[in-house]
Amino acid sequence: MLPDNEIRFDASGQVWLDQLVQRHESNATRLLQILREIQEYFGHIPHQIVTELAQRLSIPRARIESVASFYSFLHLKPHGEYRVLFSDNITDRMLGSQPLMELMCQQLWLQPGKVSEDGLVSIGTTSCTGMCDQGPALLVNGRAITNLNHQRVQEIVQLIRNRAPLADWPADFFRVEDNIRRNGLVLGSALAPGEILRRALPLGGLGVVESIKTSGLRGRGGAGFSTGLKWEACRNAPGLEHYVVCNADEGEPGTFKDRVLLNHEADLVFEGMTLCAFAVGANKGFLYLRGEYRYLLEPLQLVLQRRRNKNLLGKDILGQSGFDFDIEIHLGAGAYICGEESALIESLEGKRGVPRNRPPFPVTHGYLQQPTAVDNVETFCQAALALHMGAEQYRTIGTAKSAGSKLISVSGDCQRPGIYEYPFGVSVREILKDCGAVNTLAVQVSGPSGICVAESEFDRRLGFEDLPTAGAFMILDDSRDLFEVARNFVHFFAHESCGFCTPCRVGTSILKQTMDKIAAGHGTRYDLSEIENLDRVLQTTSHCGLGRTACNPVLHTLKHFRPSYENKLKSLMFSPAFDLDGSLARARQMTGRDDAGAHLKEIE
Amino acid sequence: MNDTFQLDGSTVPFEPGQTVMQAALAAGRYIPHLCYHPEFKPHGSCKLCTVKANGRTVASCTMPAETGLDVESEIEELNALRRSLVQMLFAEGNHFCPSCEKSGNCVLQALGYDLEVHATGFRHLYPDRPLDASHPDILLDFNRCILCELCVRASSEVDGKNVFALSGRGITKHLIVNAESGKLSDTNIALTDKAMQVCPVGVILPKRVGFSVPIGERRYDQRPISAQALDDAPRQTDSSGNCAACEGTP
Repeated sequence: MLPDNEIRFDASGQVWLDQLVQRHESNATRLLQILREIQEYFGHIPHQIVTELAQRLSIPRARIESVASFYSFLHLKPHGEYRVLFSDNITDRMLGSQPLMELMCQQLWLQPGKVSEDGLVSIGTTSCTGMCDQGPALLVNGRAITNLNHQRVQEIVQLIRNRAPLADWPADFFRVEDNIRRNGLVLGSALAPGEILRRALPLGGLGVVESIKTSGLRGRGGAGFSTGLKWEACRNAPGLEHYVVCNADEGEPGTFKDRVLLNHEADLVFEGMTLCAFAVGANKGFLYLRGEYRYLLEPLQLVLQRRRNKNLLGKDILGQSGFDFDIEIHLGAGAYICGEESALIESLEGKRGVPRNRPPFPVTHGYLQQPTAVDNVETFCQAALALHMGAEQYRTIGTAKSAGSKLISVSGDCQRPGIYEYPFGVSVREILKDCGAVNTLAVQVSGPSGICVAESEFDRRLGFEDLPTAGAFMILDDSRDLFEVARNFVHFFAHESCGFCTPCRVGTSILKQTMDKIAAGHGTRYDLSEIENLDRVLQTTSHCGLGRTACNPVLHTLKHFRPSYENKLKSLMFSPAFDLDGSLARARQMTGRDDAGAHLKEIE
Repeated sequence: MNDTFQLDGSTVPFEPGQTVMQAALAAGRYIPHLCYHPEFKPHGSCKLCTVKANGRTVASCTMPAETGLDVESEIEELNALRRSLVQMLFAEGNHFCPSCEKSGNCVLQALGYDLEVHATGFRHLYPDRPLDASHPDILLDFNRCILCELCVRASSEVDGKNVFALSGRGITKHLIVNAESGKLSDTNIALTDKAMQVCPVGVILPKRVGFSVPIGERRYDQRPISAQALDDAPRQTDSSGNCAACEGTP
């Protein structure tokens, strides 16, 4: 990789860019996809290319900068030939990711977040990469490496020092296991591609919608909206085109079920999308795949091609005249907020992933302002199976208000982390028993934005009646400090806030500061009441769910584990946030001193 | 007109397509706001205009008016939230009112006074935001930016120039200009642009006009913003051009 000012944008570069833009039909709604390819080619998005691209797409160059700077995996400045990002979820930390990152930094003479002076490598952290069952994990130039340990880190350091191309690294590093521990409705389905489609087409679009409504299916992304009602609203909405979008931007820390579904049940996912297209009258579908799952792109494209060859996609699908539908995969680039459906649509349109003002909702004004059905990966699988087994039959599985099964991503302190499929209504205790968890202190259900369940509540059941979940199930045993868990989640929200609205943009950062202040031993009761005030502002005034739930981890752990906060508090009512000694850190660094004389004695 | 909703116990008429904010302002009722501007499509980002509609907190600038809606705005619970939001904006940027050319004409400052924000509240973040003084006639002081996007919208929608855009995400989000050099002098901005007139704070300033009106005699020094915001709002007038709801405004 060349430093930015040395990128030679010669004739061959011009041709490469021309071909790229042409392949995307000079369409600015493809901007994010174009930028991703430029990033893959150059290692970053060179300044000169931004100007050239702006001309070719006839858009202001500031818009390109604006979009590129929104996504964590895109860089407008050189970021190293090898860009290493350690997954920073609490489960990675519990498996020892922090000392491993320190080791790598040490061995490569590097500070986290900085690029080495020779431009060879940068090391940093990223939000959960969805490998919680086989962590600690990292991404190198966008490729996931799992099961990190001391030895593996040493080997990676050697490969980087030797400038070995990624293609020559041991394949074992990149192996991602499915870790399916308990089969169910979805994971045990084993249906031939097209089988459900064949059975469902005679029902007609309306019949499919009615069946899904009868089945009681609710969205598996967490919110639990009725899938049938969504499809019906989309079908009935007037528009030039209708669209189907599969939300595979699985970003909630601790969740990895979609990764497994896309690897293990890709046909079922696409089958569900095709049924949805049939039901709502769509000709075009998108699968929005999170950037962290980049390695799944080619395998998924193969599945799509196979389905086209079998006329399960394309024109007049399975001989049904006029039923034309195809699916395109779009990649994300490191932005949790794009899991929010309207932000995802903005991102699909090549923009910053900022949640829209609602109403109108995507079912009437979605992609390109046209009616769009956005559903979670697992929802499409469940919908296909509901049609396969019949709505009435499907309804009998699970509980009264939560029909069907749920895939649970189990990670953390247990013997058998992985994917467990249960009918809704399973208790927390039952899952803990099945995965071999002992001395469990708490379970974080449905990720940082979900609920922290303490032992007294282990008989609570997963389902929309009691404990709604998108699937994350992070187990914390009695060796863990729940304050640190909450602090990790608070950092996550501050990093992932899109910055659109005041409360979330500023509030999550202030919350982070307050938690760091407590961690540093400067916290007081005043800070705890400040957290409660912040929570009120965030919960009531935030633009979307990210801000509204950002305080949850703190509130839940405060409720159940208040001592782990209070242990860290000074007894004072107030202590200034300004850290006199900390403010001299830079001076110490510049003078190379860290002796006692270079520190101010703390004033008690 | 039959469509009405309730705002703090009194009836507000609205036309189809109006949001709660638009209808309220047209009826001479003030709801605190910062990123909303009557000439632009509601944005909904500052959240100062948060109200309770049928008990649910929503941004009134983007909330479509509905018949029978019960809206609460002037209640302490909401003003407390608004105070925190103003404090957040003060903590996020670098705001030094006494030395700011916009003091007295600044919407953020005026809202602070109006909502009785007496203390900074949160720990200041002190971001590093260099000035852009490259343009011969215009100064950009990013320290004061509250990210309302009014200049972005004005430059794009009215001026047709796209001089401004936002870059970064979350707390690192910041205003940028559309030039390869990143400098305002390399854009086609002009003093007469709409984008020059909409900044509610002191980011976009014409050069060489500093303090031509003394502090103390400026716009919000005269009357609080709650009264003046109504002057800017489009009003419903009768056939003779009189506005029933406009008493008290010049």
